[in-house]
Amino acid sequence: MQTPLRIVIAKPGLDGHDRGAKVVARCLRDAGHEVIYTGLRRTPEQIIRTVIDEDADILGLSSLSGAHGHLFPRTCDLLKASDMGHVVVFGGGIIPDADKDELYEAGLKAIFGPGTTSQEINDFVAAITDRMSRDEKVGCGDGNDWKWGD
Amino acid sequence: MDLKQARDGSRLALSRALTLVENGSTFDTDAKGVILGVTGAPGVGKSCLVDQLAKAYIESGEKVAILAVDPSSPVSGGALLGDRLRMDSADNEELVYMRSVATRGEAGAVPSVVIGMTNVLKECGWKRILIETVGSGQAEFRIAAIADTILLVEAPGRGDVIQAEKAGIIELVDVVAVNKSDLPGAESTAADISNALSAGSKQIPVTLVSAHSGDGVPELIEIMEKASENEISRIRWRERVYSEWMRLLTRNPDFENILDSLESGEIDLSGAIEKLEDY
Repeated sequence: MQTPLRIVIAKPGLDGHDRGAKVVARCLRDAGHEVIYTGLRRTPEQIIRTVIDEDADILGLSSLSGAHGHLFPRTCDLLKASDMGHVVVFGGGIIPDADKDELYEAGLKAIFGPGTTSQEINDFVAAITDRMSRDEKVGCGDGNDWKWGD
Repeated sequence: MDLKQARDGSRLALSRALTLVENGSTFDTDAKGVILGVTGAPGVGKSCLVDQLAKAYIESGEKVAILAVDPSSPVSGGALLGDRLRMDSADNEELVYMRSVATRGEAGAVPSVVIGMTNVLKECGWKRILIETVGSGQAEFRIAAIADTILLVEAPGRGDVIQAEKAGIIELVDVVAVNKSDLPGAESTAADISNALSAGSKQIPVTLVSAHSGDGVPELIEIMEKASENEISRIRWRERVYSEWMRLLTRNPDFENILDSLESGEIDLSGAIEKLEDY
C-alpha cells in the first residue's frame, strides 16, 4: 500500500461554519489520505502546533467570516518561521477574487470557493503529489510561485 | 535513525522520527517509560478522559505524550483522525505531545507500529505515554501487547449486567472507569460492573469519573498508580507476536497483488497462502 499523505484541515479564527471543512476532510479521506481535523476556533499558533506534531504534508485552511486576509498569511508566516516551509497550504471558504493575489503571495497554493467539486480538490492534491515526486518545490515557504490553475 | 535533535527537544524532529516508524522503520530502546492504554467502546468518552488525564499529569510537572488511534478506511485506505478536537491540552500545552495514528490496514484497535512509536517517545524523554485505542468492543486485546496499565472506559446505559460477565478485554484490564458520572444510571452501571468483576480472581477497581467536569480524575489517577502489575506476560507475548505477524503480512510487497489475483479468481485462498509463505 502507498504511504498516505497526512493532511491537516483547520478552522482558524472565530468562524463557526465548518460544513465545508468537513466535506473537504471527507473527500480527502475517501481519496486515501489521512486527514486530521482540528475542530473550530483555532489560533494560527495552535494550527502550526498541530501541523508539527502530526508531521503533516498539507494544510487546508477554511474561513467564511472574512478574516482570511489576516489569518491565512499569519499562518503561512508562522509555518515559515517554524522551519515548515515545505508544507503545502490551500484555502477555502468565502474568499473574494480581489483578495486572492495577496493570499497566493503569502504562500497559498490554491483557493477553493463554493461549488468546488471534490474531483477538483483531489486533482489539486494529485498535482502536488506529482510535483513532490519530481522534487519540484511546492511548499508555502520554499520560494516557488506555482499555484493551482497555472 | 538519528534522534539527536529530537532528544534535544525539537518537536519537528520527533514528529519526523515517528513518521519514519509509522512508515516501516523499526526502533528499539532500553529507555524506560510508563504506558497507559485507554480502551473502550466508541462514544464512551476516551478522548475527553485522555485529555483530562494529560492535564492532571502536566499539572504535576510531567511531560505527556498521547498517541490516539483511529481506524483507516478498508475501502480507500484513508482516515479521518478526529481525536485532537476533543483534546485542548494537545494544542495549548508545551508539556503535551499529541499524535494521531491511523490503523493502516491492520485489524485490531492498535496497529503494531505503535510499539516502535512508544520506543521513540521514551528515547526522546517522553516517559509518560497515553495510548487511546480505536473505539473497540469486547474481543480486542492488542493493547495488552503494548500497555503497562490498561484502563477500560465505560459509560452508563450501554447494556445490562450480563455484558460485564462476558469474557474478553475486561479480564485483562487493571482499572475500569465509568465515565459520564453526571448522567443518571452511572452509579448503578459502576455497581453492576463491580459486582460482575468481584467473582473473578483478580481484584479490578471500578471508579466513577466525569471527563466533562474533571470530577473523579485525581482519584482515578491514584487508583491507577496503585494498580498491581499485570500478570499477563504470556498474553502480552501472544499479542505481540500476532501484532508483528500482521505487520509483516500487510507490509509484504506482494500483498496487494495477491488480493488482486484472488479478486480476479486467478488463484484461490490456499494458493494465496502458499504465495505468502514463499515470501
